[in-house]
Amino acid sequence: MATLGEIVAALDLKVRSGEDKMGTEVHGGYTGDLLSDVMAGSKEGDLWITRQTHQNIVAVASLKDHAGIILAGGAEPAADTLEKAKREGIPILVSNRSAFETAGMLFEMISSQKTGRSG
Amino acid sequence: MSTPEAALYENSFFVEGGNFDTAGSVSSQIKALLKHMRLPNDVVRRAALVTYESEINIVSYADHGRIYLKVTSDYVMIEAIDKGQGIADIELAMQEGYSTATDKIREMGFGAGMGLCNIRNFSDFFRITSDVGKGTHLKMVIKIDKLFDGI
Repeated sequence: MATLGEIVAALDLKVRSGEDKMGTEVHGGYTGDLLSDVMAGSKEGDLWITRQTHQNIVAVASLKDHAGIILAGGAEPAADTLEKAKREGIPILVSNRSAFETAGMLFEMISSQKTGRSG
Repeated sequence: MSTPEAALYENSFFVEGGNFDTAGSVSSQIKALLKHMRLPNDVVRRAALVTYESEINIVSYADHGRIYLKVTSDYVMIEAIDKGQGIADIELAMQEGYSTATDKIREMGFGAGMGLCNIRNFSDFFRITSDVGKGTHLKMVIKIDKLFDGI
């Protein structure tokens, strides 16, 4: 477990929305660009890593109760995506690293801080 | 087997075909409603997922459609009825990975051929009927009481 704020600091992420959610605890993550795959496979509270930047990612994150979205590879959210994320209180974070590196670092961080929680 | 119960809540929502900007808004409304009704989290999440996939299908393939929501003390029923091209081969459409989505739809991360499979996998009852050139009708039930067998 780590908070969003700790993850932002450790992975050098830029916070584009959800500045007030940095205390949210993150227990897991999911990586994917196919929205149906993310709908089926991700869990509540996950931090979702994707390259998609259009506004439907906010709907997916909101429907799945994700802790937030990391846009990998330095991708920036589209203007209407950012607007919607701010309105719905969904944190959007930008990583300059690839999705692979971002996921690896996040996994390392969350699993090393895990205390008695599996999966 | 319990007797069919009256609806605690019933409503329907319009979905515009082709409008990806607002896609997902009906699902968000329905999720908020179910949450407000204090249904179990698992039921809310599965209902939100099957509604979302149905909504995306209408946006992707139909001219327009309506999503009907009915909640009783035993189950949540969602029906998605659209006017559109319909599906010629339902068996093929149900195959994971099969999709007729355009490049534009795929670029946005839709059209992976998983939508109908997700709907089948996450609902307790699922029925799909379609008339080519007319439209498609999805009916999904998510049980609130796991022992309920009235559907």
